[in-house]
Amino acid sequence: MEIKDIQQEIIEEFAFFDDWMQRYEHMISIGKTMPLIEEKNKTEDFLIQGCQSKVWVYPELKDGKIIFTADSDAIITKGIVAILLRVFSNQTPEDILKADTIFIDEIGLKEHLSPTRANGLVSMIKQLKMYALAYKSQQN
Amino acid sequence: METGIKHISFDVEKIRKDFPILKRMVNGYPLVYLDNAATSQKPQVVIDALVDYYSNYNANIHRGVHSLSQEATNAYEQSRAKIQKHFNIKNAHEVIFTSGTTHGINIVASGFSEFLKPGDELLVSAMEHHSNIVPWQMLCEHTGAVLKVIPMNQEGELEMLEFVSLLSNKTKLVFVNHISNALGTINPIEEIIEKAHKVGAVVLIDGAQACSHLKPDLQALNVDFYVTSAHKMCGPTGVGMLYGKEEWLTKLPPYQGGGEMIKEVTFEKTSFAGLPHKFEAGTPNIADGIAFGVAIDYLNAIGFEKIAAYENQILEYATKRLLEIEGLKIYGTAKNKTSVISFNIGEIHPYDIGTIVDKLGVAVRTGHHCAQPIMDFYKIPGTVRASFAFYNTFQEIDTLINALQKAKQMLT
Repeated sequence: MEIKDIQQEIIEEFAFFDDWMQRYEHMISIGKTMPLIEEKNKTEDFLIQGCQSKVWVYPELKDGKIIFTADSDAIITKGIVAILLRVFSNQTPEDILKADTIFIDEIGLKEHLSPTRANGLVSMIKQLKMYALAYKSQQN
Repeated sequence: METGIKHISFDVEKIRKDFPILKRMVNGYPLVYLDNAATSQKPQVVIDALVDYYSNYNANIHRGVHSLSQEATNAYEQSRAKIQKHFNIKNAHEVIFTSGTTHGINIVASGFSEFLKPGDELLVSAMEHHSNIVPWQMLCEHTGAVLKVIPMNQEGELEMLEFVSLLSNKTKLVFVNHISNALGTINPIEEIIEKAHKVGAVVLIDGAQACSHLKPDLQALNVDFYVTSAHKMCGPTGVGMLYGKEEWLTKLPPYQGGGEMIKEVTFEKTSFAGLPHKFEAGTPNIADGIAFGVAIDYLNAIGFEKIAAYENQILEYATKRLLEIEGLKIYGTAKNKTSVISFNIGEIHPYDIGTIVDKLGVAVRTGHHCAQPIMDFYKIPGTVRASFAFYNTFQEIDTLINALQKAKQMLT
């Protein structure tokens, strides 16, 4: 599926919930289905510096697409990473670089986009795009 | 400037009306502000003092001959006198206005680089805020002095026997917080000051967390330096106090060069002004300095004995209610502590709890509280910290408990 279609799917999924509590519960449940990073890859190198919770993201290139695995020690953060991975994992570096992240606003998680927010969502997106950029320049 | 505030008895509902922010809603719920250890809210009189200054007598101070400048200078110096009186400081010129506690510590730490040599020892407590660790580490790097740590026990109390055994004639400086920001422990600073002085060490007490809860008598304490911030005492951000004994402030070199702090300047040599101006280079934070004095008036009008008595009741009630939550563990259970409670619930990450209770209008702090060594001591990534002020209510504690129960249910 293309990135924009996945984003649309997520937006529709979240539109189903009336209040923040249900949205957060849904996000937490998405976190539980996330493709987990292997323990051996949970190293400093793959740690994204958020202020309060730890987030590890590990990229691998398979058949021209980047497969991300990740984990976090905080479960709300884990839910946020899982949503990002649903959008960005299994996509080509080029598509990842082109993609916007407006869907985050639309699913009611706008507050997490503030650069000062301690969960480091902005750093996560930046890091995913950095990996995409690195693979793209390797391919060239 | 007299603010004319009088509280005849402790009436929390009446006090709450002094704080406009306490009326606001957050995420659709009435704000429950329990992050007072990070910064306190401001009463209307403090806000008014800022507006009054800029509306009516804004001018640069200490130099102008015109009326506005004199009015502003008088108000600023009156504020210094209020601070002097409040902390029972011998001389007004021993009160240095700073931008806050961190600034005060840095003035002292940087000044001491002239007095230390390799092998000298500095003692720091295991429960310091980073701002009372890092400036001294930098000082050690410059001078070759060695930083040693006074350990603490599981309850979050300093090991005083260890402290005594660390003291020697090599000990030059001891710096400890009056109250721990992360644990709420009230440290036995009287004993620390007395014992440190016996070996000839100089003592700096970080009072950032203390001055909203109690009123230190600095002459009685016989402390060499005491630093604090206005913003934790219902005053504005960006202003604080460095108290130093006259003999030490005279010995310490200036921290910054500039206007105001000079006696005479030629291109060959500059001679420095006397105290307090030697440490107050440049145009100071005039409005906030004046409002700092108003905040002190406000707190004294309520009375620190009443504040402490009420906050102790709040602490006791909150502790009891929190412990009703299954799996909740409190970090910092010192016998002598103030209204700060750091805790975790089971294995739930503090960040998750903070996020959920915020959605319910409850403001708490989560994380390492700029005191990572304490978190390392307990082997935890951080805590949730609820810190209470005299304007918090028993009902707000109930709201906190309900929010925590909800968070626990969602997160496990």
